[in-house]
Amino acid sequence: MSESVKKYDVIIIGGGPAGLSAGIYTSRARLRSLLIEKGAIGGQIINAEKVENYPGFAEGISGIDLTTAMHQQATKFGLETLADEVSSIEVKGKEKLVKTTQGDFIAGAVIIAGGSERQKLGVPGEAKYTGKGVSYCATCDGAFFRGKTVAVIGGGNAAVTEALELTKFAAKIILVHRRNELRATKIMQEKLLADTRIQVSWDSAVQEIIGDTFVKQIRLRNVKTNKETVIDVSGVFVSVGSQPATGYLKGLLNLDAVGAIVTNGRLETSVPGIFAAGDIRSGSIRQVIGAAGDGAMAAVNAGKYLSE
Amino acid sequence: MSKPVEIEETKFDEVVLKAKTPVLVDFWAPWCGPCRMVAPIVDELANEYDGKVSFVKVNVDDNPKTASQYNVMSIPTLIIFKNGQRASTIIGFCPKAELKKNLDTALSN
Repeated sequence: MSESVKKYDVIIIGGGPAGLSAGIYTSRARLRSLLIEKGAIGGQIINAEKVENYPGFAEGISGIDLTTAMHQQATKFGLETLADEVSSIEVKGKEKLVKTTQGDFIAGAVIIAGGSERQKLGVPGEAKYTGKGVSYCATCDGAFFRGKTVAVIGGGNAAVTEALELTKFAAKIILVHRRNELRATKIMQEKLLADTRIQVSWDSAVQEIIGDTFVKQIRLRNVKTNKETVIDVSGVFVSVGSQPATGYLKGLLNLDAVGAIVTNGRLETSVPGIFAAGDIRSGSIRQVIGAAGDGAMAAVNAGKYLSE
Repeated sequence: MSKPVEIEETKFDEVVLKAKTPVLVDFWAPWCGPCRMVAPIVDELANEYDGKVSFVKVNVDDNPKTASQYNVMSIPTLIIFKNGQRASTIIGFCPKAELKKNLDTALSN
């Protein structure tokens, strides 16, 4: 296969709400645009059964319907989409070389909207039982745990949402959290604590996931007393936060302490012509509306940069 | 144009286990977001591998026995069967290139 390097005005890395919004704006501005997504178009929000806080949808909308519509909208304006993973970006003067397994691409401006990756627990048994009781998506897998006892690990909005989602199926849900208070918003906490099927195990850290063919138990350690307990569960839903997907950008861009991309007020990174949008950006509010706003802003400023 | 066939579990033996060619089974449900992202990829593959691999969809809501028989507890799960045996299992969303690798392996062995 001949590898002629294809040229674009803008390359967008990541196909969640930030990247798709950026694509709508750049394509509609008649900039030749390519969006590269390594996984599913739509990003992490496709796991959300209902997005209740995105303006314009009074009854809420599923994450997948919302992002599918965004992708259609961008494609209508001419956005091209490539399913591949970016391995590196090289800056050559004003041009940026974006490398993927299917060849290299050149762009005048790059918008990085790669979001974040789910963090794993990193305990024995987690990898072994993934898909055999260990899950990272209650919407997807909740129904397999009808009438069973399950654990949800984490204390943020995502974990509380997972626990509430599971009340549709599981008989009992144990929320396992390292601290003695939740990080989730008040409205979510109220819903959680009002539900008698959900029990919270405070100050608890998972040490191990135990089973045979399927998950049978988890071993917890109380972080204050160090006392260990083993509880019987059929499922473990892991929701312990996420990390910006910036591994391949170290050394190229300024990152903050947690690895998120530092930008200025125009969402431009430490390299002129490279912009960052959405959850991957330092200071992001990690909401779909924020990601969409970031995408639009990065797109408009990328356009300005190209015409300078 | 070849399309994946939606089957009931009563047909699983005949359509999947007794098939002459490898069969990719897509375990899915309508309420699962990532399943809906995998579906168009499976559709494309059904076309590209027409005649070499057959493609089958099993709705886990309607066919819980088959799902549990193959230990499916997370969807989407794609299982490639060859000569009635499980040749490979892919849990969760998986890019097209990766799926092709799995299919090519099943075809070459």
